[in-house]
Amino acid sequence: MSVSATKKKPGSAGGSPASETSGNTTMTEKTNTKNIVQKIWDAHVVKQMEGHPCVFAIDLMLLHEVTSAQAFQLIESRNIQVFDPSRLLATIDHSTPTRQNRWEIYDEAARTQVETLRNNCKKHNIPFLDFDSGKQGIVHVVGPELGVTQPGMTIVCGDSHTSTHGAFGALAFGVGTSEVAHVMATGCLLQKQPQSMKVEFKGRFRKGVYAKDAILKLIGEIGVGGANGHVIEYVGEAVRAMSMEERMTVCNMSIECGARAGLIAPDETTFNYLKGRAHAPGAEKWDEAVAYWKSFASDENAQYDKVVTIDLDKLEPIVTWGTNPAQSVSLGERIPKLETMAANEKAVAVRALEYTKLKEQQVLEGTPVEWAFVGSCTNGRIEDLRIVADILKGRKVNPGVTMYVVPGSEAVMKRCQEEGLDEIFRAAGADFRMPGCSMCLAMNDDQVPPGKRCISSSNRNFVGRQGPDSITHLASPATVAASAIAGCITSPAEYV
Amino acid sequence: MSLIPKVTTVKSKAMPVPMKDVDTDLIIPAQFLTSISKDGYGQNLFRRLRDNDPNFPMNRKEFDGATILVTDSNFGCGSSREHAVWALTGAGFRVVIAKSFSDIFYNNSAKNALLLVVLEDKVVDQILQSATNADYEVTVDLESQTVTLPDGSSHEFQYDQFRKHCMLNGLDDIEYIRSHAADIQDFRKRQEQQRFMSTRGA
Repeated sequence: MSVSATKKKPGSAGGSPASETSGNTTMTEKTNTKNIVQKIWDAHVVKQMEGHPCVFAIDLMLLHEVTSAQAFQLIESRNIQVFDPSRLLATIDHSTPTRQNRWEIYDEAARTQVETLRNNCKKHNIPFLDFDSGKQGIVHVVGPELGVTQPGMTIVCGDSHTSTHGAFGALAFGVGTSEVAHVMATGCLLQKQPQSMKVEFKGRFRKGVYAKDAILKLIGEIGVGGANGHVIEYVGEAVRAMSMEERMTVCNMSIECGARAGLIAPDETTFNYLKGRAHAPGAEKWDEAVAYWKSFASDENAQYDKVVTIDLDKLEPIVTWGTNPAQSVSLGERIPKLETMAANEKAVAVRALEYTKLKEQQVLEGTPVEWAFVGSCTNGRIEDLRIVADILKGRKVNPGVTMYVVPGSEAVMKRCQEEGLDEIFRAAGADFRMPGCSMCLAMNDDQVPPGKRCISSSNRNFVGRQGPDSITHLASPATVAASAIAGCITSPAEYV
Repeated sequence: MSLIPKVTTVKSKAMPVPMKDVDTDLIIPAQFLTSISKDGYGQNLFRRLRDNDPNFPMNRKEFDGATILVTDSNFGCGSSREHAVWALTGAGFRVVIAKSFSDIFYNNSAKNALLLVVLEDKVVDQILQSATNADYEVTVDLESQTVTLPDGSSHEFQYDQFRKHCMLNGLDDIEYIRSHAADIQDFRKRQEQQRFMSTRGA
């Protein structure tokens, strides 16, 4: 890997965020070329006054039950109407159960939260994807599926993994509930232009290595704050060869290295994915739309504030050992020696190893796991589940392991049923459940019990993320499946 | 019209959390996010750290009443949950001093009158060390953009002038954006030709 800064950051005090520091507007004047981030930015500036942040237009906001109720309260308390309901789309995913009878939510607060969103959407005429609509699912899975996520758009949601939608060449980022209210009220946000970072993935994946391994590698290399204040554009032959599902996995985890967003310029793969989707432009507008979308590509020689290159040719499956997504190793590699780390990195690592009950220099492969989770907005799409099914076919989940396979949406679930994947999961002894965020974040019924170790296709291994005192190892769906069969952390190489 | 509490000068003992990369799951675990209110999160601020470590400063009586928190770098990374800010303000904190903050957390704080102050690494390290004694009193003044320490030393911090104006006067973004309503309308009219998406009928 190599990292280089192509331009000095203007006045960024100790990594304070770009959205609140002076922007990088001088770059385009100097070179007359623009990268995709600048192009989308320029296309959405409503008003820029000297010394003020930009009034910035948002094309689509996705809503879910956890971060929206207080926003509705805020606009209602000021008698403000929703700006444009046809730019909003809501569903329920975080606090919902994934058992069969999920209409019955046992937890009273969660039930109220879901009911509140249902009512708010009705009251404000906002399209709401309810259970059994055929469209409900994790907010970042359903947007692309329905074709509302399109190139060149600005997309926000009260969820940090909104960066997922960047896979389509959209500028998509997570916001807090106050900003959810701002967009509801005005269709705009106050923003400062972010800095840009180019990440080039060189080479091709080896067998058993996937997009998840690539993004975990990047995060491991630059650290959890390595892209703070930046929007990442992913480029390179490996990116061009990726399916939309793989691109979404990569963009999804951009936030785990601190990036404001991550995106990939649209191409034929993008257009083919969108064609025919319910909310994509129809035949009469298709050519016009594609021509517009194609304008969102970085100019040749476009400049970036930072450039990072990652070589995939020798990449091996990656698994995390600590309590943040940057603390990871290739399978076969040992957990790093503490004395090789910088002082503050070392303090973080010592605490992490204590929590995950591992030791420096230990080899991760062979560590017993009690739980295995496939799902989430990172890896809960049909392609992920096909990879898992391929590995589980004709094999059994180890008797010491409880395995959850949770489709990202009702559409993914239906597809699994049509392709017979659900039968493969059940025959292997895995629990194929109803769509939702499930075990990714422990705010519904699905939790890893205290002290138990889980190999997980999700995005965060924070302390207690999957349940109080649970231990999480992030990995690709293939590594999760192989480990579930073996009963311990295992490379998928011999299973694929 | 003041829509959020105004921020001016805060003088308090500083509670040290000498950790890098404190994520918002650590600030407020997801299991406590099912409320539809902005209130009540303070009691579960740093819940996991409090439960697992009897010496965690929030478990120590001498830090009761602290309104300034001091921590290392990249504070607030991870989830976009504004509940993390509500947990801090709910527990009485009005200022967080650190080497750096994550982006979304930084923006969320400004919307809730929680002042985030970035100081040089060595100054933050000095405060983190000294603040283990709960009688270490720190003064943060937004107007002059300075942090004053008990040894009399004064340290300037950068702060966005627009955001400062909002914080000092308790203004929020909605009214500012709405004051540009005509520009917004013009923009949407211009943009209509390039609009290929509607969620209608979903």
